[in-house]
Amino acid sequence: MKKTLAEKILSYKSGVDSKAGDIVIVPIDKVYAHDVSGPLAIRRFRESGFKKLAHPEATIFFLDHAVPSPRQELANDQKFIRTFVQEQGCPLSEINEGVCHQIAVEKWVRPSDIVCGGDSHTPTAGGLCAFATGMGSTDIAVAMALGKTWLRVPESLLVKITGQFSPTVHAKDLALHIIGLLSAEGATYKALEFGGDTTRTMTMSQRFTLANMSVEAGAKAGLFPADGVTKDYLEAHGRGDSYLELFPDPDAVYERVIEIEAQKLVPLVAQPHTVDNVISVSEVEGTRIDQVFIGSCTNGRLEDLAITARILQGKKRHSQTRLIIVPASRGVYQEAMAKGYITTFIDAGAAVVNPGCAACAGVHEGILGNSEVCLSTTNRNFKGRMGNPESFVYLASPATAAASAITGKITNPEKFMA
Amino acid sequence: MLKGRAIRFGDDISTDLIISGRHMHLRSNLPELAKHALEDVDQDFTTRVRPGDVVVAGRNFGLGSSREHAAIVIKMNGVSMVIAKSIARIFFRNAINIGLPVLITDTDTISEGDEIEVDLSSGTLSNLTTGNKVNFSKLPSVMLQILEEGGLVQYVKKFGDFKV
Repeated sequence: MKKTLAEKILSYKSGVDSKAGDIVIVPIDKVYAHDVSGPLAIRRFRESGFKKLAHPEATIFFLDHAVPSPRQELANDQKFIRTFVQEQGCPLSEINEGVCHQIAVEKWVRPSDIVCGGDSHTPTAGGLCAFATGMGSTDIAVAMALGKTWLRVPESLLVKITGQFSPTVHAKDLALHIIGLLSAEGATYKALEFGGDTTRTMTMSQRFTLANMSVEAGAKAGLFPADGVTKDYLEAHGRGDSYLELFPDPDAVYERVIEIEAQKLVPLVAQPHTVDNVISVSEVEGTRIDQVFIGSCTNGRLEDLAITARILQGKKRHSQTRLIIVPASRGVYQEAMAKGYITTFIDAGAAVVNPGCAACAGVHEGILGNSEVCLSTTNRNFKGRMGNPESFVYLASPATAAASAITGKITNPEKFMA
Repeated sequence: MLKGRAIRFGDDISTDLIISGRHMHLRSNLPELAKHALEDVDQDFTTRVRPGDVVVAGRNFGLGSSREHAAIVIKMNGVSMVIAKSIARIFFRNAINIGLPVLITDTDTISEGDEIEVDLSSGTLSNLTTGNKVNFSKLPSVMLQILEEGGLVQYVKKFGDFKV
């Protein structure tokens, strides 16, 4: 007894009754890499003398960071991956499919899975109560070959949320609030666990946003319980039979409990150049914006596009402000099209871009000019993050981003949410 | 025993600062990629760094991405060790995996150019320039073993599995 979600999952999977601080070996349920981490992982795999993947059916390569390829070196990296997946018979998510973490939760991950991804935002799948953690290419290579990895069982910080959000506040604002409180290293080596009554009412999309952003406080994993909301999501995505109810023990021991009253939250931004440089939108309202970016594994889901469409309906982007909108996956893109959101976006003057990471990691599709300012729904605003060290990135919720696209300045979404 | 000259950095040296996403196309050309290490923090780093130098930083070194290339480009520039007040977890693990020793200890008393000596097995750091000596927490044994073998590839080639 007395187990946090992290302790429960890692004990169950390792077969050893474990607590925070223990080192365990766990089998890996899903391992993945993308076009940036993948080529090095494949090279390390070969360097290590491995010939075959341990579980080809559960080893996925995603092309998402530079799709379609903007230059020959990246095209060659993608070609290298295609050759490998052909040889090994493992799945490849091609250039049209979208962001790895989004597809992972749509198609692959199950509650209690151990997921190792060659990308720091792998914890997104914690929204489905999977122990999902990011690793570098060598770790991924070994994980692919052996089907297991070593992990230190993390201590957990419990984020206990009660009360109701006001209409202008979204999961992203809550995430920024938490990171502002903890700092960018407040959860390093720990798991962030989400609890409290309000957590139970959060949609999967909101859970993914929070799990995703846990990394920005330094966390190893961001975990939600698996409950009725999880079950509905899995059923809607053809994996209902993989549902299992999973809660922490009532007497679980947490290193720290952070209590948050949802009604006290306001729209927030993370100012350049760190994610914990959090301030309320009101305090920076009026700051000129050259580009608004709405998308990414953090906020590129249908719910994010829905609030964006609601605010942009019948309106246009500011003439001096570019607007880029990127659905996180092909599925999201199709649903957004069916609902008319894409038409709304295009009518508003947005550049709607194919699913993928786009400008988030500074590779393509929205790199900034010198001194330019971008307001983005992505997860990082480090100096140079969006491809130019002479530019500035503010992070915000889709609602704040959409409102700001209309006025051309950082704007509280309440102005457009009657 | 590891010994080297300190090259100082401040807080929050992110993986984007260590190796920017705008160089992503160079990732399969590591020697070329390494020429851009830390250029957005210190454009002279790659020219002034000498083999054996120690990167000494403040808080949250390596925060951000899981890109192993961040640890790789530092090592490829001849750096023998990274010492910081705190280190982001994926960077830490990646450094160990490529055989780049990392350690966490208070670095406030280490200045640019100080001669640093570290004994990983006993957990002691000596600043030969100032005479200061500190102890630091030792790595979990699996990490020490990986480091001893020179990195995870070498470890796995030797043992075939994790020995924990």
